[in-house]
Parts: sequence; C-alpha cells; structure tokens
Amino acid sequence: MSERPNEAGLRRDALLERLALFGLGSPALLLVLVAMVLPVGWLFWLSFLGDDGTFSLEHYQRMLAEPSYRRTFATTFQVSFLTTAICILLGYPLAYVLAQLPQRIANLCMIGVLLPFWTSLLVRTYAWLVLLQRQGLINQWGIELGLWSEPLTLVHNLNGTLIGMVHIMLPFLILPVYASMRAIDRDFIKAAANLGAGPVAAFWKVFLPLSLPGLFGGALIVFILCLGFYVTPAVLGGGRVIMVSNRIATDIELFFNWGAASALGVVLLALTLLLLWGASRIVRLDRVLGAGH
Amino acid sequence: MFDKSLPAVAAAAIVTFGLGNYASAQDLTVVSFGGAYQAGQSKALFQPAAAALGIKLKEETYTGIAELRLKVRAGANIWDIVTSGSGSAARAGAEGILEKLDYKVIDVSSFLPGLYQDYCVGGDVFSTVLAWNTKTFGDKGPQSWADFWDVKKFPGKRSYRNSVAGALEPALMADGVPPNKVYETLSAPGGIERAIKKIKELKPHVAVWWSSGAQHAQLMKDGEVDMITGWNGRFDVVAKDGGKVAYTFNQGLLDYDCYAIAKGAPNKDRAMKFLAEIVKPQYQAEFTKYITYGPTNKKAYELGTIAPDYAKRLPSHPDNAARQLVVDLDWYIKNEAKAAAAYQNMLTE
Repeated sequence: MSERPNEAGLRRDALLERLALFGLGSPALLLVLVAMVLPVGWLFWLSFLGDDGTFSLEHYQRMLAEPSYRRTFATTFQVSFLTTAICILLGYPLAYVLAQLPQRIANLCMIGVLLPFWTSLLVRTYAWLVLLQRQGLINQWGIELGLWSEPLTLVHNLNGTLIGMVHIMLPFLILPVYASMRAIDRDFIKAAANLGAGPVAAFWKVFLPLSLPGLFGGALIVFILCLGFYVTPAVLGGGRVIMVSNRIATDIELFFNWGAASALGVVLLALTLLLLWGASRIVRLDRVLGAGH
Repeated sequence: MFDKSLPAVAAAAIVTFGLGNYASAQDLTVVSFGGAYQAGQSKALFQPAAAALGIKLKEETYTGIAELRLKVRAGANIWDIVTSGSGSAARAGAEGILEKLDYKVIDVSSFLPGLYQDYCVGGDVFSTVLAWNTKTFGDKGPQSWADFWDVKKFPGKRSYRNSVAGALEPALMADGVPPNKVYETLSAPGGIERAIKKIKELKPHVAVWWSSGAQHAQLMKDGEVDMITGWNGRFDVVAKDGGKVAYTFNQGLLDYDCYAIAKGAPNKDRAMKFLAEIVKPQYQAEFTKYITYGPTNKKAYELGTIAPDYAKRLPSHPDNAARQLVVDLDWYIKNEAKAAAAYQNMLTE
C-alpha cells in the first residue's frame, strides 16, 4: 500500500503550523516562566530553610503553633468573602440594568464603572481615608445636616476596609457579568414569556441561570484578588484588619530571613489553588473564566 | 526618623532599582532613607564632610537593612556606609553583614552614654513620646503613661504602635514599674506577658494601631485621635504645619539612628574616616537645624551654634534626656522575635 502522495506534505504543514503557534506563544510562556514560576519556586525553596540555612520546617511549625497566624488566615478569608458578597449584591443588579440599556447608552454608563478602575488603587484608598475619618467629609456633612451628632467610626476598622475593597473590586465583578448577560439571546426570554412565564419567573428560570457562569467567574476573580490585598487593609483597617499580605510584610521586618514570609506566601497560594480546584468541581473553569459562552 | 509609608517605599524602590547599582569609580557610597531626613543629612553631614576630606561622594537611597542583606549575601555589595535604626543595626551586626567599627579612628569620647555600639555609631537621637490633641486636652495633656492609660481622667481615642518596638515599655511604666526597672522586669519571666496584659486593657480605646511615622503624623494632623505615641520630630513638623498637637518628653523612650559600614565595603578605611568626621560636634549641631532630632555627641550643645531655646526641644538635651528611658538594644536582640509573636497574638485577638 503506498501513501497518498500529499500525506507527507500535509504532515509537514501541520508541524510548521504547530511550530509557528509555539513561536507566537513562547514570549508569553517565557514571561510566565521567568516572572511567575521561578520566583514562586524560589519562595517555596526558601520557606523550607531555617535560620541556619539548612532544611527545616520551623516556619510551618510556627504557623501552627501561634494562634495569630490562624486568625490572620481567618480574617483574610472573612474579608474576601464579605467583599465578594457585597460586590455581588451591588454589581449584579447594576450589570443587569446596563445589559437592558441600548448599547450606546450602556457604553456611556460603562465609562462610569471603568473610570475608578483606571485610577490608582493607592489614590482611591487614601481618598476613602479622607472621606471616612473622624473629621472627614462624610462625618462633617452628617453632623452639619443633623443626621447624627457624634462622629461615626467609619474607618480604621473592618467597615472602612470593606468599603475600600468593594469600591476597588466592583468593576472586576461587573465586567464579566455584563459580558455574559449581553451574550444571552433575548429570544429565550421571549420564548419563556410565550410559554406563560411572567417577567419575574422568566428572570429566575431563564435569565439568571444563563448569567450564572459570568457571575461565578466574576465572583471567583474578586475573591482571589481579595486574598492578596495589602494596601487597602493597611491604610483603612487601622491595624485591626491584619490580612496575610500585611503579615508577610511584618514577618520580613521581624525575622532575619525570607523563610517566614515565604512560608506564609506558600500557604496562601496552596489555599487559593485548593479553592480553584474546589470551584472546578462545581463548574467548568475554562468556561467560567472565558465569561459566559 | 525614616519614613516607612507606602509611597516613600515605592519611590525608594524605583530610585534604587531604576537607577541601578553598578559599581563605579566613586570614592565612597553612602545610603540612607531619602526624604526630608536624607536631605538634612546630605546638607549638614555628607556633603560638607566629603568636601573636608576631599572625597568624591555618591549618595543612594534604600528602604532598610533587608536590602543590604540581599546585597552582602549575594556578594554584590557596592555600598560603604548605611544609615539604620539602632535596633536593626544591632541585629545586622550580630548576623555578620556589617563591619566592626574602629573606635580608635572614630572619637566617641564625648558621646552621650549608650549611643554607639560595636557595629554602628549614633548619628541622631529621637524619642518615642506621648503626644496629645490640643483641641481635646489643651495644655492640660497627659503627663505620664499612667495618664495615657487613664481613660476616665482623659477620655478619648488612643493610637498605639502596631509592632512591638517601643510598645511594651510604656505599658510597664503605666503599670507602675519605675523607668529604671523596665528592662529588668521585661527580662524576668512573665515580664512580656505583664506588659501585653496591660495593653489589652487599653485595647478597646485604641482606635488606630499605627505602622509608620507618616501615619502617626497624619493621624494627629487630621485630628483622628486624641492621644498617641510616636516619634517626636514628626509631631514638631505637624505642629509647624498648624496641626493641633503637643507632646512631652516625660517617660519617653530615647533611641537613635546610626551609621554602619557594610560587610566587605569597597572603601572600608575611607568609610571609617568619613564616620569619624560626621560625628564631630560641629556636624552634629548643624544637622539639628533640619529636624528636631538631637546630636549624639554632647559637645555639640557646647558649641553655641544651636540656639538655647531650640536646644531645649531636642530629645538628647540633658534636661530632656534625664526624663527619658534609653532603649535597651540588647534586650531587643535577645527578645524581639518572641515579644513580637506575643504582640501579634494580642493584636489579632
């Protein structure tokens, strides 16, 4: 049996195409390797080195022995969870309204969502400090308008941290949710109405389930980004809201090697990956992160 | 005191990494914390001393000893002299990333007691003091740590440091330990726990746990709290800007910033001579004009170049020094890690 004459040519073309694709992808792959895999690997290695430079589990043992580390992780997950929940409550309805508007008006409104997104995180965090503190604008106005008589404690606590973090994270939720809502075929809603569903039932039975992948993806992004927050809890938390990143900074100053801080980073990374794995058991992540197709 | 606020750290990082640290034919490289602090050092100490010794000087900026550690351990250090907090320098010296100083070259015979150590020589004296909001308390502010803890006599929001350095001593004094027994008590079994317990008492009244000099200055400038601990020079700057703040040196914690020579410094001998120059009284007196941190060399007060009224506001002025407790670095070298763990536990509870 002889090969069909063009088989070799086809194989060569396929190989060349694969090489070309690899060539296109390799700068990004290289960057991920150099900027992500190597430092994380180095961190991992350092976390197992003791004070004397030999292999040791002391940094992990310390984390188990001292209750403050457990509480720091608990705070981190609590703050991230609350931020994500508030973002969903605020962001989903807004995305829904935007998705119902004509495209041109929705685009204009979207600028309103994106404008803070393009402003420096540090600037926004300090702006909240100026607004929320004891002599800040909100307390001044509230007292002058007679809404309350004593200054409210709006910042240097969990409240202030949540306000700042929700403000920063909201676009990360709205954008994927909005994209998934836009992708929903309106004819489905019409079909539901045709089959006797009222607007409320059509929303719950048809629209909401179709928008869930986008919502899940947005919430996951928000939650994971929250886990690594540093500046906002440091500035707005008043030293009460100690998240893992803040603890890493403290440990670098306190201990004379990188191991203690590295171990914290490794545990946070492991917990995050565990979370992603758990999420992947519930939904298909590639679909979710590709936002609603 | 150096500025650990985020923007300053970011700026310092950009300066350090952006400009690169290539070895060059400079005769001497001096590193400090940037900002108003280094500007004062440069004008009062570094540039005049370089001119006097005929040295070609290069100044750089860094964020702290951790950066030097990376350089020394990588065998890539090109710095000669670094400015550091006294405690960090003591620990860095014990760790082996600093050169021992030669006190036959550097004359510390007229230094105030306890302001130089094997690996670093004091450059300026600052104090961790008790400050208050004059809008709340007027001139009748708290005068002791017992007052700071007395929320009946002085109702109002407190702010306290979020790390252990300089945080346990006031608590013990508030608990009735005389200043000269503070470190003895802290070293004895149960001493750290006693201080932490006292801080827990105050915890419901602590509105903010501050983390940097920039932050405690901002808190007082904006009237966010009524009473606070912090570094004296910062509060003077706030008061000068119209902030409602006053402070007392009573039971303050006297501490100092210092100069050290990096292990394997390219110009070690020249660095030693340079340090000998900048600790001379005339330089020390000049530096006080830029920030209210006092000289470590007491002869600086005898030159007459510091105005008497101004001298009385400096932490190391004999009248003020007598009312304060000198921070015991040995205690910190031995106990800081342990105490910090207990402190973090208290903060997260």
